[in-house]
Amino acid sequence: MSMLEVKDLHTSFFTPSGEVKAVNGLSFQLDKGKVLGIVGESGSGKSVTAYSILQILTNPGRIVSGSIKLHGEELVGKSDEEMRKIRGNKISIIFQDPMTSLNPTFTIGNQLREAIILHTDRNKKQAEERAIEMLKLVGISEPEKRIHQYAYELSGGMRQRVMIAMALACEPDILIADEPTTALDVTIQAQILELMLSLQKELGMSIIMITHDMGVIAQICDEVIVMYAGGVCERGTADAIFYHPMHEYTRGLMRSIPDMSDDEKTRLVPITGTPIDLLHVPPGCPFAPRCDRAMKICLKEKPKEYWVGRDHLSACWMNIKNGACYEERPEEGTVEVEDHD
Amino acid sequence: MTDKQAFSPAPDYLVQVSHLKQYFPISTGFLQTTMLKAVDDVTFNIRKGETLGLVGESGCGKTTVGRTMLYLYNPTAGEIWFDGRKIGDKESLKEYRRRAQMVFQDPYSSLNPRMTVADIVAEPIDVHHLCENKKAREERVHELMRLVGLNTEHATRYAHEFSGGQRQRIGIARALASKPEFIVCDEPVSALDVSIQAQVINMLEDLQNQFGLTYLFIAHDISVVKHISNRIAVMYLGHMMELASSNELTHHPVHPYTISLMSAVPIPDPQESRKQKRIVLEGDVPSPLKMPSGCPFRTRCSRATKECAQSCPAMREVSPNHFVACHHV
Repeated sequence: MSMLEVKDLHTSFFTPSGEVKAVNGLSFQLDKGKVLGIVGESGSGKSVTAYSILQILTNPGRIVSGSIKLHGEELVGKSDEEMRKIRGNKISIIFQDPMTSLNPTFTIGNQLREAIILHTDRNKKQAEERAIEMLKLVGISEPEKRIHQYAYELSGGMRQRVMIAMALACEPDILIADEPTTALDVTIQAQILELMLSLQKELGMSIIMITHDMGVIAQICDEVIVMYAGGVCERGTADAIFYHPMHEYTRGLMRSIPDMSDDEKTRLVPITGTPIDLLHVPPGCPFAPRCDRAMKICLKEKPKEYWVGRDHLSACWMNIKNGACYEERPEEGTVEVEDHD
Repeated sequence: MTDKQAFSPAPDYLVQVSHLKQYFPISTGFLQTTMLKAVDDVTFNIRKGETLGLVGESGCGKTTVGRTMLYLYNPTAGEIWFDGRKIGDKESLKEYRRRAQMVFQDPYSSLNPRMTVADIVAEPIDVHHLCENKKAREERVHELMRLVGLNTEHATRYAHEFSGGQRQRIGIARALASKPEFIVCDEPVSALDVSIQAQVINMLEDLQNQFGLTYLFIAHDISVVKHISNRIAVMYLGHMMELASSNELTHHPVHPYTISLMSAVPIPDPQESRKQKRIVLEGDVPSPLKMPSGCPFRTRCSRATKECAQSCPAMREVSPNHFVACHHV
């Protein structure tokens, strides 16, 4: 059984101008000890997915339908009080901006202790010891001194380490990282990603890594979900997604990134147009208006996800038309279908 | 790069910056001020039609270099030469401000929400009196909007009605309005999604070819800078560390800082990424108010010796057109 199972999740924001379907029928599973990457552009619904799992959606957003199961236990419909026992304890989150997610009026130690006391039966002194231990684990020097400091006294990288320490203090089963390194410089990003990977191995937890950076995905993820307009375009192992992309959007994303090893400076091939307006989602494939290979059916009907390899699914009419997909999960040893282009 | 080279205005250099310093007074207590050395002794030249990339981590002074070059700040020391002329007096500045323009990072805060797109784009035209009458102004605005791929029917709209990518196009149209020769692009694509990023990068390249523009391209994303630049300069704590052609710098960096910076760039390829040997730098960037003595990078450098603490290394040419400021190279 998977650790986390999300099935047909629909999350919408009910704005005065209409319903914004931020997540539109998303399903995925997360196994123990795996790193799952969710990649997509702004507005693709990747952060809203994370907030839905933790049920920290702000008004006017709410889960419309679907199921989120943690160790087989349904989370949708749980009361706030019940959810509070899960947040920070079973599932933790680190946010993009470490400055705004730490409280400026409390010391680092105070904020770390709060989570520990809330979720475990440690007393204040034991909690402080645990806080120091956690800061040491994330590589902060002189933790005894640091716990008396405030967020503004720390650099961006340090703050993100404190956030990680706080998220891991209760040894959660799942860590959701919502663009944890976007606000950081590349050298600090390398430090933080390395730290997350080593802690993941040490503590045996699972990570959901939400990012727009294909480089970060390639570096740390086992499995990848490519999202567009609240739905899944393609999913599979990192190698499958990077070496055999079977969806025009994924291919477009890859072509848009400059290649560091290319000395000729080949012109980039951008995806034309702009992301769709989620207030007026077209009936067919959400990517069809920007897709170079769109057919008539793409504009009319939404494609279902089909297997294109043993660990690889794609929702694209092109694959269905070319017969380059399987209805059932193929047997082990089946070769990845090749693009018919 | 010797002084002599920087001071004799050479015809193929459009912009020359020599020993540029930009200090900001910071109040550190009651009646106490400390100088924050945002840019400390930076010298470089940019050829006509060239793109010079400027990379470095946040707080390294790359944006300050860009702004000081356009005289948005008065430089503390140093000289800026443009097209063979020293910039500084009122007369030269007026002309310089028409011929040199800037594209800003944040497409949201760099456009006035109370102005229509037409007025935003026409502002440089109005300031420099470049159009004789209203009709000519309108025609020019439409021409500029078409140039950056905006619908001319949207000229009367306000900035908030546009997406991030479109706003950045408005900012670029405004920069082009005064027919500049030199444009400082300060993180022009950092706030944009990858698919939109590629559109804007391609457009900047097309405009450069069409009008023979010279760019100073400031960004922290090294793969983007490498793609667009002919040469790249690396900055750290207000100092320039290395300057070389973009291919040379990304494949054969020699400064310890550049080496670690290049090794940390995430590669969008899982197998390459697994093979990649990352040199993870210890610690954080020191505060620019408490600069280390000698070489600014020595506190995080694995090769640091006594010599590094004593004197700040000067830029020298280690191979043709490859300049490095390090004692150990």
